[in-house]
Amino acid sequence: MANFKIPIGPQHPALKEPESFTITLNGETIIEMDMRLGYNHRGIEKACEERSYIQAMYLVERVCGICSHSHSTCFIQAVEEIAGLAIPARAQYIRTIIAELERIHSHLLWLGVAGHEIGFDTLLMYSWRDREVVMDTLAALTGNRVNYGINTIGGVRRDISKEHLAGLLKTMDILEERTKYYIEVASEEITLIQRLSGVGFISHEDTVMLGAVGPTARASGVDRDIRRDDPYLAYKDIEFQVITDTHNDVYGRTLVRVGELMQCYSMIRQLVAKIPEGPVTVKAPRKIPAGEAFSRYEAPRGEDVHYVKANGTDKAERVKIRAPTLANLQSVARMMENNRLADVPIIIAAIDPCFSCTDRMIRINDTAGRRKETISWQALRTHSLEWYRKQGVDFKDLNAKMRQRMKA
Amino acid sequence: MAWSLFNLLIFPGFLFLFVFGLAMEFVDRKLYARLQNRIGPPWFQPFADFVKLAAKEDIIPEEADSVMFRLMPAFALASVVTAFFYIPLWSTQSLFSFNGDLIVVIYLLTIPTLTFFLAGWHSTSLFSMIGATRTLTQLFAYEVPLFMAILAPALLAGTWSLSEMTVFYDQHPAYAAFNIIGLIVSLIALQGKLERVPFDIPEAETEIVGGTFTEYSGRFLAMFRIAIDIEAVVGASLIAAVFLPFGLGLGAAWGFVFYLVKVLAVIALLALLRTVLARLRIEQMVIFCWRIVAPAALFQLLINLILSGVLRP
Repeated sequence: MANFKIPIGPQHPALKEPESFTITLNGETIIEMDMRLGYNHRGIEKACEERSYIQAMYLVERVCGICSHSHSTCFIQAVEEIAGLAIPARAQYIRTIIAELERIHSHLLWLGVAGHEIGFDTLLMYSWRDREVVMDTLAALTGNRVNYGINTIGGVRRDISKEHLAGLLKTMDILEERTKYYIEVASEEITLIQRLSGVGFISHEDTVMLGAVGPTARASGVDRDIRRDDPYLAYKDIEFQVITDTHNDVYGRTLVRVGELMQCYSMIRQLVAKIPEGPVTVKAPRKIPAGEAFSRYEAPRGEDVHYVKANGTDKAERVKIRAPTLANLQSVARMMENNRLADVPIIIAAIDPCFSCTDRMIRINDTAGRRKETISWQALRTHSLEWYRKQGVDFKDLNAKMRQRMKA
Repeated sequence: MAWSLFNLLIFPGFLFLFVFGLAMEFVDRKLYARLQNRIGPPWFQPFADFVKLAAKEDIIPEEADSVMFRLMPAFALASVVTAFFYIPLWSTQSLFSFNGDLIVVIYLLTIPTLTFFLAGWHSTSLFSMIGATRTLTQLFAYEVPLFMAILAPALLAGTWSLSEMTVFYDQHPAYAAFNIIGLIVSLIALQGKLERVPFDIPEAETEIVGGTFTEYSGRFLAMFRIAIDIEAVVGASLIAAVFLPFGLGLGAAWGFVFYLVKVLAVIALLALLRTVLARLRIEQMVIFCWRIVAPAALFQLLINLILSGVLRP
């Protein structure tokens, strides 16, 4: 059979968000993949510039429906850094507890989606049933199932009562038992292992080079976790392991996520044991002094990065959001190579993509009024390589140097 | 003449099969749901789905071969209903029978799969063409083991007629125990024939949207759906007649009860199978069928060859 192209998306049952993958097939084997994003650009960054910091925080929380707490925390960490606010320890702990609960619900959600993508709907139904336990807990603690709205500049909006903390520990016991069952399923169910192992292989070197983050990177043996490497919130006070795996495939990514679930339970237990008494918020100024800050956060999908530039008013000068999916997307094309059509959904799903969170737009306004011209992609590439060479950076060497450094 | 028409159209013909097929679809969906810790649909859901689909607009793609597109659902439905008449259900006598009807039934049960292929191919959509190719690839994998598994009991009975086979096994019920491998093989093959998890590769929705049926809608899709439901019942009846020939000589009422129990058991087993397994890849499916299922069926054939020499001199 000759090569032919098959469109996966922008509308496709395997994808819950609009993005387009054009896959060139030879029979059932994938030759190459072409990716297109930008179907769900919402103009959030620009909208943040039009709103006060507290309004922007609520907007940023809506970047992602699943890791909403990640984005809002990441954003206000930057704002608080500029304002020089030290938030109370109890608020730090509460933010951390919500962050870990969010990771639990995100990973359980992923497990279900992965099950669905390989036609194992029973796993979907089971893991989503258990996810309800976390969702209910989050609703009890914050008042909402998603978009918790617990953060505020200078702390958190709600305290967690003693009864809720005790209930949290019980929830952890239930979930731990459930997760052990999933670990058992993942290590024994033969069709599951057959469908996952060896699929979407990406070598350790490629993972580093393409800059993958989060569980996707850790499943290829990249020992990187912002919670440990650059501690924020209460992570420096608690002990946890960074789960890595050397399978380098979808099976490895499953094991990493399930392993991280087990870590989450132990982390929440430690947090509940160590949580200090005290106020949960400090008074924050309405106007944030001029300055800029860069904030990193280990979201369930990987490193989330926010950049905030303040200009002394109550509105931000510039907000830049880089969702973890953007960092992981480059590696998907490599993972696809030499796999089969049947594996496309699970390979895409294995990075736990969140395309709507990723969509950003860059537009360059030529204020000098220079003549506009159209330039071909190839010419632009040559031009940029040339431009960097003049600055003393040679990208051709850079790849080789990077490989050498990685070997060393 | 009137009686034959009644048999063909009402009982045990089309109308009975229609109701029975929908009922079994309900049993399957409810069991699947309960096993997954869900509530599941109400009893009339399959019928409601059918009515809803039948009331919808039929859309035929401009690129598609309109004649083939319209004909294929009718072919699928006709062939499964025809196959049903040659299978002994609650007595040792089927509605029609002749020597060699076993082969005819197996072939009639192959026709729906071929119509799925042709329907997908003539839809000319990318997804349905990939689905069609997968349907055919899968057919070659499970069809041969199914043939061998069903022919093995016939070999032991020394006849190519389903009715005579059931007479033979009714006289020697213990002999049915020899065919246990064949029973397992044909259950697996039936799951493949019905294109259900783990063999729902041709219509894997997360990969190729609706597979073969991507372009189908309205009445034509409803007809395909009902054909698949009836195929499940006919397949289960065939397995019941060949491998579980018990309670056939107890009169019509008890026979009917036994028949229902047998079909329900087969449907329940198939539902269990699709609950606990993930979808295989097409090449994994083919390898599984040729490396494990086909040799098992061959082994069954060998056992029955030797046994027929020993037991039926």
